[in-house]
Amino acid sequence: MTAPRNNPVGDLLRALTPQVLGALLRRYGRFDGCEDAVQEAVLAAATQWPVEGVPDNPRGWLVTVASRRLIDQVRSDRARREREAALAAEVVPADVPDTDDTLVLLFLCCHPTLTPASQTALTLRAVGGLTTAEIARAFLVPEATMAARISRAKQRIRAAGSEFRLPADAELAERLRVVLHVLYLIFNEGYTASSGADLDRADLAYEAIRLARLVHAQLPDDDEVTGLLALMLLTHARRAARTTATGDLVPLAEQDRSRWDRGLIDEGTELAKAALAGPALGPYQLQAAIAATHADAATAERTDWRQVAALYLILSRIAPNPMVTLNRAIAVAELDGPAAGLDLLSTLDDDGRMAAHHRLLSVRAHLLERSGDLAGAYDHYRRAARATASRAEQRYLESRAKRLKPRL
Amino acid sequence: MQFLISMHINPAVLDALTDEEKEAIGTGHAALLAAVKESGELITTQALVDPSQAAVVRVRDGQPVVTDGPFLEAKEFLGGFYLVDCENKERAIELAAMVPDAAIEGLGVEVRQVMFADGPLEG
Repeated sequence: MTAPRNNPVGDLLRALTPQVLGALLRRYGRFDGCEDAVQEAVLAAATQWPVEGVPDNPRGWLVTVASRRLIDQVRSDRARREREAALAAEVVPADVPDTDDTLVLLFLCCHPTLTPASQTALTLRAVGGLTTAEIARAFLVPEATMAARISRAKQRIRAAGSEFRLPADAELAERLRVVLHVLYLIFNEGYTASSGADLDRADLAYEAIRLARLVHAQLPDDDEVTGLLALMLLTHARRAARTTATGDLVPLAEQDRSRWDRGLIDEGTELAKAALAGPALGPYQLQAAIAATHADAATAERTDWRQVAALYLILSRIAPNPMVTLNRAIAVAELDGPAAGLDLLSTLDDDGRMAAHHRLLSVRAHLLERSGDLAGAYDHYRRAARATASRAEQRYLESRAKRLKPRL
Repeated sequence: MQFLISMHINPAVLDALTDEEKEAIGTGHAALLAAVKESGELITTQALVDPSQAAVVRVRDGQPVVTDGPFLEAKEFLGGFYLVDCENKERAIELAAMVPDAAIEGLGVEVRQVMFADGPLEG
């Protein structure tokens, strides 16, 4: 599927940006200078192409314009006068070979010396082809803030002296994990209902899926890459059913499943199956398998909770964290009753930070409600509502509490 | 994640500071500002005038009634704030600890996550 942006020039530019940047980096190095030059070329194309038409060789056009910008920049930089001659003498090829530059670029943007926030911003700009203004809007920060963050990230990469090539094998797997995590963060930012312009954030989810597809196309045999793409598609398929017309949250059990995107579910399920058939088992594959199990159920009641609980149990062994325990408790409660779920939740009480977390409070509220402890449920819904930073979630939790009030 | 780092001042405490201490507060804020600008974490910062300049507005029967402030009969008042966008609460606390006021007895620095934001996002 593609994003309903209805902007062919924009889509073309997004696809070409990493290729053009890759071509410049192979030739000239210097991430910060090349990235600036490509941004300027892309902006020029975005204003000229819709008026004058797309050139016959759009990638060659962008490489030429970006190279000229880079040369101008170096020329105006007196301290780099010596390099100018060598650089200007290079003949810019009209076209560049279609290598795996996008992946190299993605690894560079997810450089370990950067914070996840900077990795995310840089990836969206250099690989995703989004402008600084678009990224700033999606993350609800002023453009100046985002510009400072991106510029700092580029300086850090330069300071780290990174070369434009894929890391050696030993480092490759570790870096790929970072890349996948960044794509996961971008997706979540786009998926999580929050304040602000909803459509812009949906764009982020589309972008994360597009980038995950790119990585999958280049590393089709990596089961975690396949798993992450499957997880995104299966999660994104529920988008239309996740909120009411007024933007209120609809929990999984109450969603109108006829509004789930069948095409995405089928594609995601196939990918999840393919990933699980492989030799390695990772957290993204397991989460995709869980999402596929939910997608497989015609109604919430017919969910195969035994399988969901089993998958969470494996997940809690290979990648234990409090959120996995929390989700496992939900599945266990469906299988063995609310008391069993509450028992499992009590193992999280020792974790000081988790005890006051709104997710723990709200899951406990749901299970208390089901076990008949309405007063306890009411209290926990109210506490959970106060503890969350999401207004949509707060409204949902308050409405659950309000529903219980008359029965107390 | 966005956080408001608010500075709760006590005018009496500020008055009692030595010139060196006041200067240290100034340079401390300058250093913090430079750091969060460079990291791209700063959204905005504002400092408020002395609470003695405040006006308290109440509307009663549709009529505004304005009296001299401040609203709270307290010793500490909101003196200003930093609005930052950073990785997580731990980082926000780290930044708050860089606010020079935090090192002075009688002045308080508080960190709270932003739940809703709106404003002129389009340039």
